[in-house]
Amino acid sequence: MAENLNATSTPAPALIRFKDVHKRFGPQVVLNGVTMAFTEGQTTVVLGPSGTGKSVLLKHIVGLLQPDVGGVFYRDTRIDHLNDRGMEPIRKKIGFLFQLSALFDSMTVGDNVAFPLREHSKLSKTDIRDRVAERLAMVGMENSEKKMPGELSGGQRKRVALARAIALNPELVLYDEPTTGLDPIRSDVINELILKLHEELKVSAIVVTHDMTSAFKVGDRLVMLMGGSIIADGTADELRSHSDPRVQRFIAGRADEEDLRALHRI
Amino acid sequence: MASIETITGKLGARQGYIARLGAWAIEANLALGDMGVFFLSTLYWIFRWPGRRAISETFAQMYEMGTKSIPVVMIGGGFIGAVLAVETLPQFQEIGLASRVGSIIVISVVKQVGPILTAVMLAGRLGGAMTAELGTMRVTEQIDALRVMGADPVRTLVVPRVLACVIMTPILTLYSDAIGILGGWLVAVRVEGVRNYPFWHYAAQSTDLFTVNVGLIKAFFFGVVISTVACYKGFRCGNGAQGVGKACTEAFVTGFCLILLSNFILALGLNNLYNALYPNQPSVL
Ligand SMILES: Nc1ncnc2c1ncn2[C@@H]1O[C@H](COP(=O)(O)OP(=O)(O)OP(=O)(O)O)[C@@H](O)[C@H]1O
Ligand SMILES: [Mg+2]
Repeated sequence: MAENLNATSTPAPALIRFKDVHKRFGPQVVLNGVTMAFTEGQTTVVLGPSGTGKSVLLKHIVGLLQPDVGGVFYRDTRIDHLNDRGMEPIRKKIGFLFQLSALFDSMTVGDNVAFPLREHSKLSKTDIRDRVAERLAMVGMENSEKKMPGELSGGQRKRVALARAIALNPELVLYDEPTTGLDPIRSDVINELILKLHEELKVSAIVVTHDMTSAFKVGDRLVMLMGGSIIADGTADELRSHSDPRVQRFIAGRADEEDLRALHRI
Repeated sequence: MASIETITGKLGARQGYIARLGAWAIEANLALGDMGVFFLSTLYWIFRWPGRRAISETFAQMYEMGTKSIPVVMIGGGFIGAVLAVETLPQFQEIGLASRVGSIIVISVVKQVGPILTAVMLAGRLGGAMTAELGTMRVTEQIDALRVMGADPVRTLVVPRVLACVIMTPILTLYSDAIGILGGWLVAVRVEGVRNYPFWHYAAQSTDLFTVNVGLIKAFFFGVVISTVACYKGFRCGNGAQGVGKACTEAFVTGFCLILLSNFILALGLNNLYNALYPNQPSVL
């Protein structure tokens, strides 16, 4: 009994840790000392204005970008200095939804979703076909295996990319704006999908989004990245009652005088 | 009288040029080194066995690059052979050696024109397509997507293209050689009335297996150069449509220069090889 209590009171282990990460592109500082841990089994939503470095943050986790200073850890392994070959075992466990989908446009939709399976699983041809059909159905794209990505709309491409990201049953999924460009109903289907993966398969997730409905619905925890560092971190309720006015304005979607000054000159 | 300022000013300007030249040299060296590393990682995957899917992709690329290039290579080769006959025949006729025109056509076509012309045409046709395709994949993050899914982009994209190009360039060169000789023959024998038998007699006399092999060895290296440069430029391409366009231009120019440079180096090397193999014969290169 005492042991049980103890187990629930110790914080869940961190799956991904950022330790004082700095990143700049030329003169432009994007991440300026980000320190935070993404907890295993949780869905963490990353909020922040356009161009603050949310996508850059995600790319550090899969080793597409390396920090200039600081470290990135997967469980207890430091991963920021690994090369592609060293990263491979970790990348296999992570599904990554690119902001602009990044589907292979020389392959059909079916081959796109099957790609990670063919690359890393020992599944038979029929098993792969079934898995592809199942994942496409999960995102509402059933029977589109034969289509080429060029024939799809932006939202459809995003959903195919999502099917591809979750094809290998990853333990961590990084969603870069999963609902951007989708209609409200489709967005809600994707929200439900994220929740379902989380509840049934215990998938950990990091969701970058501008969609506050989606953020509050799927997020166990919300963090806000602004000006290169984390300025807010907490549950949905904690964020709603956060004392920082920048957080309040962001959640309410209200521009201030500063944001509007350019318009007044017209 | 020049003041100190103007002198130091001039010196400064000259140092500026020298510094810029130095910076350019360092950059060019770094780029070459980077390309070398890129090529080594391609070799690494070829010898480590890139996997069944890379091999089947190689066949697809061989069809795309090889089979579909045959028309352009044959047209190019045929007209060059014909032009060689048109330009050289009057000179030979003047000294009464018109029947010898076959030898000059065959030697030029097999050793120089065939391989180089084919390589340049392929650098344009294949190099441009490869750079544009890979560059677009880079710009739209498809190469990043490959890496994230744990599929080495060099193994999945570069190895099939380099292998296909290296295999198909010598084969296409043979096509170009054959049609080039035929073009020369058409003009010399069919149009200008050189007799058929001496044309082929002198053509055969001046060509041995070594000569043909020289052309094929060159073509092999040209294939390496074209595909490596094109893939490298695609992988390092800048952002946007403009970046892709710039990468294609650079790929062609760099490829073209490296083809001519390696042609020169290979001619020297193969000449020495010929002298070592057949010490008592005059060099044919
Ligand atoms: N490869 C790169 N080279 C140079 N600058 C980059 C690169 N990647 C990102 N940046 C810069 O970093 C900043 C943050 O980019 P990022 O894509 O992370 O923004 P974001 O927070 O995801 O914005 P959005 O919500 O619009 O997607 C941008 O200003 C961008 O110009
Ligand atoms: Mg982004």
